[in-house]
Amino acid sequence: MGEIHVMREGFLPPKPPPRRHLISIGDLERDDVERLLATAGSFSRSLEREVKKLPTLRGFTVVNVFYESSTRTSSSFELAAKRLSADTMSIKAAGSSVDKGESLKDTALTLGAYDPDVIVLRHPQIGAPELVARYTGAHIVNAGDGKHQHPTQALLDLYTIREELGRLEGVHVAIVGDVLHSRVARSNIQALALMGAKVMLVGPPPLIPRGIEAMGCEVSHDIGAIEAVLRMQRERMAEGANYVPSLREYTARWGVTPERIRPGQKVMHPGPMNRGVEIDPRVADAADALIETQVRAGLVVRMAVLYDLLTTGPVPVAAAEPLEVA
Amino acid sequence: MLYVKAGRTPDDLVVRGARVLDPVEGLDAVCDVRVDGGTISAIGAGLDANGHRVIDGAGLVLAPAFVDPHVHLRVPGGEDEETISSGTAAAAAGGYCAILAMPNTDPVVDSAAVLGSLIEDAQREAEIPVGFLAAITRGQEGAELTEMVELAEQGAAGFTDDGRPLVAPALMRRALQYHGIAGRRLALHCEEPTLSKGGQMHEGAVSAELGFTGYPSVAESVMVERDLSLAAYEGQPLHLLHLSARESVDALRAAQAKGVAATAEVTPHHLCLTDEAVRTLDSNVKMNPPLRSADDRTALIEGLRDGTIGSVATDHAPHARHEKEVPFEAAPFGVTGLETAFAALYTNLVEPGILSLEILLERMSAGPARAYGLEPPKIAVGAQANLVLLDTAATWRVEEAAFRSRSANSWLLGHHLTGQVRLTAAAGRMAFEE
Repeated sequence: MGEIHVMREGFLPPKPPPRRHLISIGDLERDDVERLLATAGSFSRSLEREVKKLPTLRGFTVVNVFYESSTRTSSSFELAAKRLSADTMSIKAAGSSVDKGESLKDTALTLGAYDPDVIVLRHPQIGAPELVARYTGAHIVNAGDGKHQHPTQALLDLYTIREELGRLEGVHVAIVGDVLHSRVARSNIQALALMGAKVMLVGPPPLIPRGIEAMGCEVSHDIGAIEAVLRMQRERMAEGANYVPSLREYTARWGVTPERIRPGQKVMHPGPMNRGVEIDPRVADAADALIETQVRAGLVVRMAVLYDLLTTGPVPVAAAEPLEVA
Repeated sequence: MLYVKAGRTPDDLVVRGARVLDPVEGLDAVCDVRVDGGTISAIGAGLDANGHRVIDGAGLVLAPAFVDPHVHLRVPGGEDEETISSGTAAAAAGGYCAILAMPNTDPVVDSAAVLGSLIEDAQREAEIPVGFLAAITRGQEGAELTEMVELAEQGAAGFTDDGRPLVAPALMRRALQYHGIAGRRLALHCEEPTLSKGGQMHEGAVSAELGFTGYPSVAESVMVERDLSLAAYEGQPLHLLHLSARESVDALRAAQAKGVAATAEVTPHHLCLTDEAVRTLDSNVKMNPPLRSADDRTALIEGLRDGTIGSVATDHAPHARHEKEVPFEAAPFGVTGLETAFAALYTNLVEPGILSLEILLERMSAGPARAYGLEPPKIAVGAQANLVLLDTAATWRVEEAAFRSRSANSWLLGHHLTGQVRLTAAAGRMAFEE
């Protein structure tokens, strides 16, 4: 007889999709990134249609919880969920129970009681997404945890570079500026290395963390021979913090100016920009600057991430059909 | 200097057929040990039971019980996390016959009044002897010295600002000068605060990847070097708390070779783990000093083996559950350790052949006792019974429910360990029995 069946197949509840989170680029294999970028590409084509909304995630609930201010990330996640017909709810720390001293655990338990399918979390502390994952059944998407990770930013940067240059393998990318305080830099180093790009970190020595080479990048001061520059935002560059002697010196030595950029070199910036400090306005507004492209890429990449967590595998052609509005 | 619950009646006991192992006394034999009225009265084969209770020690190791020179009992002020009663019960379950408590409480133990009330509490509640260190500076604020001589007369077991460094070199020097008349050991938490500022974990490849502000090993070693220089200059001894870095061990070894009377301790977590453990983002691997690199760990083990570091100290630091159930970055530093120290070290160092059982037993018992000028526990006729009976074959799972401590912030929760304490006798009386 062999196996003993306690229950007939038909009585078993349907299998839920495997529980997954996107907390760090480290959660992804190269194949996962390829699939996400391909899915984002399909969504990008669907957005060119007159009716932009897809029925794909109808009935799913996406909750955005932002403990830090954000313009592009929160709006991009919200729009991504809406474009896929998911129900969305956005909670900002200011004006919520968080202001009254509620712990992250209790907030997670409270939100978990609504049974959301995805929680998109931005939090100033490293380890917050893991904590929320422990106390809810939702898929967690990390929209930035302290100085640790911002995986969707790295994915949209990969998407942007590939759109522009047609490849990732072997592309030379310099990440310039404050790497020490940057989750964007960490996610990008990991993501670019995973996809076979060559990463070089350039910046004032106190802002390049000791030991970072172990992530698979080099540290240099020469930005001459690269094809794309990812600019880091100004964080803690205040005079007196003593990471840089003065903003003037920072700009003089590490500012991305037209003189430092070869024609055809692409410049990216995760925003918000400090024109005249880390990036020269002439560079920011030049044709080779991909800053607005990055924002558009952010939308389709986040649609792909939500889709990928809630379904599995590549986007089927049917799902890319626009929703018929009666 | 050590205080225990009053009215404990000494026990009579015979442990039969255990491997009796006291590395200091040079004793390693399968034989019997008899305790009469709390004092070891005979050691040998086939001893008469004299009508005492007989404990079968076959297959077990009987050793001098342990001394923990670094425990946070959290009283006064943190009774939700630990008390003298719960902390000493946890210590007894871990095989300890004596512990020393740190003064970073609320209020700080910086006056004879606070110390006196703790001593009274210990005489009511302590399951095993406990000593109290007093602060070096008032409020541990690093500005004004406490009345060290009076505190020593009142019964302080030593002096420390543990949890905080003594930043001003001139103040450190004066503390050493007063040590000359107070006579109780100065114990230093070595941390250069501008180098460790904001640090969440060891500075290295793991902190660079995870994004944590690094707490570099030099933040410890520059203060170790400073304190050793001052101790040499003043000709006074000192004790270095919870060493974590290779540079610190090297500096200590060099100073000892030049004749500086410096002792040091290392924790089970620094001996067993490295900064790689922080990748879990488990707040129970967050402590100060932080877990360091594999090379630092190797240096600590080597220092313990060659005697540069003479003591194992748990730095048992209980924290309320809600304090640790937060993101790693927001969690307080510190982990518990009294009930797991021997098993953690036996499993991670003795079983794999990295450290001998004899050295481990010495560093957990006589070593710390000597560092603070306490009578080392020993297995000898006429000595007070301070004994631990160990089952080095037993494996067990670390479970929160089994802790006697009021807190469960252990880095070992859910882990399987080898080596179990079966019985502890402290100051002549049975303090724990499995």
